[in-house]
Amino acid sequence: MSKATQVPVRRAGHTDLESTRRTPAPPAGDLIDSPRFPVQAKVELGNPVQRKNLHHAMTTIRAKRTKVAAELDNWEDLRLAGEAIKNRTLRHLDQYLVQLEESLTAAGTTVHWARDAQEANAIIVGLVNEALGDAEGDAREVVKVKSMATQEIDMNEALEEAGIAAWETDLAELIVQLGHDRPSHILVPAIHRNRSEVREIFLEEMGRYGRPAPEGLDTEPANLAGAARLHLREKFLRAKVAISGANFAVAETGTLVVVESEGNGRMCLTLAETLISVVGIEKVLPTVEDLEVFLQLLPRSSTGERMNPYTSLWTGPTAGDGPQTMHVVLIDNGRTKVLSDPKGREALRCIRCSACINVCPVYEKVGGHAYGSVYPGPIGSVLTPQLRGVTSPVDASLPYASTLCGACFDVCPVRIPLPDLLVHMRHKVVEGKKAKAEADGLKGLLHPHAEPAIMKATAQVLSSPKLWAAATAAGSLGGKALKGRVAKFGPLPWPLSKWTNARDVPIPPTESFRAWYARTHHEDGSLK
Amino acid sequence: MSTSEAREAILSRIRTALADVPGVPAAEDTPVPWTYGQPRVLDDVIDRFEDRVVDYRAGFERCSASDLPNRVVAALRAHGVTSTVLPAGLDAAVVDAVAGAGLAVSRDDPPLSRQQLDATGAVVTTCATAAAETGTIMMDHGPGQGRRALSLVPDVHLCIVRADQVATDVPEAVARIAGAVRDQRPITWISGGSATSDIELSRVEGVHGPRTLHVLLVEG
Ligand code: SF4
Repeated sequence: MSKATQVPVRRAGHTDLESTRRTPAPPAGDLIDSPRFPVQAKVELGNPVQRKNLHHAMTTIRAKRTKVAAELDNWEDLRLAGEAIKNRTLRHLDQYLVQLEESLTAAGTTVHWARDAQEANAIIVGLVNEALGDAEGDAREVVKVKSMATQEIDMNEALEEAGIAAWETDLAELIVQLGHDRPSHILVPAIHRNRSEVREIFLEEMGRYGRPAPEGLDTEPANLAGAARLHLREKFLRAKVAISGANFAVAETGTLVVVESEGNGRMCLTLAETLISVVGIEKVLPTVEDLEVFLQLLPRSSTGERMNPYTSLWTGPTAGDGPQTMHVVLIDNGRTKVLSDPKGREALRCIRCSACINVCPVYEKVGGHAYGSVYPGPIGSVLTPQLRGVTSPVDASLPYASTLCGACFDVCPVRIPLPDLLVHMRHKVVEGKKAKAEADGLKGLLHPHAEPAIMKATAQVLSSPKLWAAATAAGSLGGKALKGRVAKFGPLPWPLSKWTNARDVPIPPTESFRAWYARTHHEDGSLK
Repeated sequence: MSTSEAREAILSRIRTALADVPGVPAAEDTPVPWTYGQPRVLDDVIDRFEDRVVDYRAGFERCSASDLPNRVVAALRAHGVTSTVLPAGLDAAVVDAVAGAGLAVSRDDPPLSRQQLDATGAVVTTCATAAAETGTIMMDHGPGQGRRALSLVPDVHLCIVRADQVATDVPEAVARIAGAVRDQRPITWISGGSATSDIELSRVEGVHGPRTLHVLLVEG
């Protein structure tokens, strides 16, 4: 699949058209054209407000997760079950998808298939136009439940180009949308914004797109949430079409599941007349009972709550209750490519909980925007280059956006071996570059590009626990001496220094790295 | 472009991608080390349920079946409610008590418009089952529970839960509600009032769903 068919094109310079747009314009350019990770990371590191916001938020959410996971004496059994159920589904995905299609159809839902973002968006635009009929002006709009799949395909912009306004209804997504911004986290997309920034965005923008923020709005989070409640309620009450994703899709029954906190999801799923759900093909689960595993794992790993406030399950339209027309768009968009790599496919188990992001020392320092993808953090570094390939500069740099400290694996509810997969993807980047150099007849003439060179140095350090210990011990002494300030990772020789200099990464805890190393490597240093 | 062409292409890509997987049944190929539907061992199921519901900062009170109608009225009054929607199938004694107390009552028959629901102060419902360990109420929108919008749009939700409806934890509750899922009923799980932590991870109760959830646990 070529890059062109997978990645939606955003018209350059569309901000010129601001006056004719229905919704606030996001930043210009495509995510895939983002600079290499180290370059953007350096920019993000220069943003002290963001770093402070992130540090505060990540510390809080990590503590909550640890507490509620520890409450269950069978937490590790749940993780093993989650891993096995997802493996079973992925290894027999064709069967489960066909079964899901049958069940959805039997329940009265129309099923559509889309190979890539373009196909998905064309289907969605067609369905929305059909549902809206000859509605005009403000009525040409849809309300949206937060969904990673629709972000991945850049659906809002496709609808915008078709003259349809897509309104984000999750509070954080609304902050991002009204702020002409991009999400920086999959669970709390506006985590890089603090309360005064949110207040300014609401005061400035709400009135342009509907009910204005109340006069005299202060920075109290409850009042900011109250402003969003009022602003969105008028949209909910008139909504004709809603678009959702799904956290899970049950093959046996054709049941879709949406997990949320605010009730905006329920509003969309219940009040609209037509519901379109955009579902990645890896979201399928075999049976209803499998939900007992995932609905224990997901909320505790995600928001650190025993259960999220609202979970909706629906199985086709119900007479007299909610939307009477339902569509599901099943999207591939690179997933089958991930599936074709028996090692890399482990990443498809991901249930988008964000726990790995919240424990990642690199993410905490640089934030989500540096990853050039809707998926930041460890899972993004592993998944994005697999979904999009490793040909763009940002995608080729992502597998290096990690200290391999291993914390992400320890918290992952479906036990994705993220450090292993990062190393695996580094190999793929190197192989890809070699192959390209050979194809270009440049063999021998080629200046080593930064990543393979870094890879080499990293590999040297990683293949020797002694060297690693030396490198990190030097840093950890520095860490103590600096007391509370950020200790740099290093000193490491060029070219590794080129990479580490771009960030000040806290020292990875050597204990957990070693535990990871022992778990994943043979004694001779090769990967298990 | 046709979606059936896309369907064939995706399924064939999947089959090619999975060439390494042996052609045996899924359950045999990948066993799942888990026993479904097991209760959790708890000292006192109702105490745990109360603890969890209160932890979400929702209201919780216990009462007897005979006292229920009066307690419903008292709770509605305590929240300053003047109008209610009471779904079909709700206990007649409760309906009579609410109407008798002078509160406006709609039975959603004919169905209220979204705007009318938005102007309604509170809804009183029952539920299908509950999970103690997570403080979760599960509705299958059967008699006494109303269509989904009823327990969503009004700002106060009073939910009547019978003690025997409370399961220990999610697996036991899922086992109880699986039949309704297979019957294609819509299901809503509610754990506390609506909330968000989207601004600086500071928890705010009450965004779009009812800002007040009050549980009346009926014992005996
Ligand atoms: S990789 Fe694991 S921890 Fe990270 S978001 Fe996915 S499921 Fe959660």
